[in-house]
Amino acid sequence: MQSTVPAKFSEETLLRINEILARYATKRAAALPVLYLAQKEFGCINDAALDAVSRVLEISRADIYSLATFYSMFHQEPLGRNVIFLCDNLACTLLGAESLRDYLERKLDVRMGETTDDGRFTLKNAECLGACGQAPVMLVNDDFYEGLTEARIDEVLEKYK
Amino acid sequence: MEKILLNRVHLKNSRSIEVYLAHEGYEGLKKALVMTPKEVIEEVKRANLRGRGGAGFPAAMKWGFAAADPNRPKYLLCNADEGEPGTCKDRQIMEGDPHELIEGMAIAGYAFGAEFGYIYLRAEYPRLVGVLETAIAEAGAKGFLGSKILGSDFNFTIRVHRGAGAYICGEETALIESIEGKRGQSRVKPPFPVNVGLFGKPTVVNNVETLSNVSHILRKGGKWFASIGSEKCPGTRIVSLSGHVNRPGYYELPMGVTFREVIYEHGGGIRGGKELKAFIPGGASASCLTPQHLDVKMDYDSVAAAGSMLGSSALMVMDETTCMVKVAERLMRFFVHESCGKCTPCREGTDWLLKLLQRIEAGEGKEKDIDLLREICDNISGKTFCPLGEGALGPVRGTLKYFEEEYREHLRLKGCPVKRKSRIGN
Repeated sequence: MQSTVPAKFSEETLLRINEILARYATKRAAALPVLYLAQKEFGCINDAALDAVSRVLEISRADIYSLATFYSMFHQEPLGRNVIFLCDNLACTLLGAESLRDYLERKLDVRMGETTDDGRFTLKNAECLGACGQAPVMLVNDDFYEGLTEARIDEVLEKYK
Repeated sequence: MEKILLNRVHLKNSRSIEVYLAHEGYEGLKKALVMTPKEVIEEVKRANLRGRGGAGFPAAMKWGFAAADPNRPKYLLCNADEGEPGTCKDRQIMEGDPHELIEGMAIAGYAFGAEFGYIYLRAEYPRLVGVLETAIAEAGAKGFLGSKILGSDFNFTIRVHRGAGAYICGEETALIESIEGKRGQSRVKPPFPVNVGLFGKPTVVNNVETLSNVSHILRKGGKWFASIGSEKCPGTRIVSLSGHVNRPGYYELPMGVTFREVIYEHGGGIRGGKELKAFIPGGASASCLTPQHLDVKMDYDSVAAAGSMLGSSALMVMDETTCMVKVAERLMRFFVHESCGKCTPCREGTDWLLKLLQRIEAGEGKEKDIDLLREICDNISGKTFCPLGEGALGPVRGTLKYFEEEYREHLRLKGCPVKRKSRIGN
């Protein structure tokens, strides 16, 4: 379905983009920071976001799409209000991350990659969050939670409405 | 042992420039600016500082190559894309003492003639963007960054560039492609980045831990640094210790400490009094070692002689209840996810290895699978565009070398023999 959101950035974001462009020798080099702004403004990297980024950086939509799909932090589908990245790489798995994943999936009634019906959480797996000495760990939005147990997960989720 | 890199992280407000200045902060930069750039490189050469990102290349030599290139502008890229599973060392520096890194970058920039520096920060550390940007602003306000630093003719600006979740961007040429706004796929070398790097200009890529050593070397001298740790690889190392140990975490230790000391003294031994089964000495790419290697020294050459690599000094410890096929499978899933797709041996080969490991773990393996695993490894090795494909072989080759019998048991029993009693795979 064609997006109804106008395919351009807000004035406020455009000001921010101009600041970013000044930091780099080429327009294209601003692609990742601009994609982050697009994701924030449009909710995900959808058609409208691709249009807006393509226009501001003067790069084709196909090229921007190729870029956005390469990096795991850019999402093509809308996310929930809070995004949980649960690490299940080796250090976390050695200390029970797989059973914590099952617990989270049961508790939120979603599978990895899905969003809860109420839009409160999106659950994603992470390929190492770089906190291996405090495993198992998860990132909720911008916050790290370490030394996870089922009880700790219950406690953490309560904070996010 | 006196800590070098982490000697300030436990202080109150350790991130602030006031605390940094009160503890000899920016003294190294002040010293560097009264020396010639060549003298600064000589001092780092005297220290024999080797890169802490994994390859161990001498930092001064890299700077020397870039300094000799007349092309301008020149760039310094700080590789803060700490993505190797098991590794969490650079985060401790950036989170606890960001000025240590910034001072090191300014000195490096002065030494080889760069005026611009970027910190390529991994996406999974979102809070650190603000931490680093605050520290950069503080340093600028005090005249340690910007134009005519401390009254000299040296100008240096640092920007934070947040990656977007791709392990391959830790490889220096992929990192450069990523900053240029492209998919993070490696470039062919030569030309090397020191001559043709970011935007086609001379570029040095150094790891966070490498750059963070520089202010200390300038402040206390290369000779002092060279006297710490091992002769061929002086200094300290921040070891990320994880897995089945009593005290996981990060430890700054002299190069050359043995694995036994790290696991049993600093890490407090194996959890629950269990036996050590294996350990991975240098992140996901490193081949595992076994209890017979506990007295191997943690330095690049000793670990290489033992058949593995020190890499990012991420030490992952596994007790007797761990299934080694599952370990190889889990790590291979990572490499499949992170292969950039540019070259066939890596893209197809890692996926094939994963499928074989999954079917062996699931009890559906065939007798020929073990030879096939080895054959695929041989066909990937030396034929990939960048080191990611080679790194993916470490977990398979290591587990096959020391635990082939466990693979065969999976085939005989048509299932995982340790699954029910292990933490991993439960």
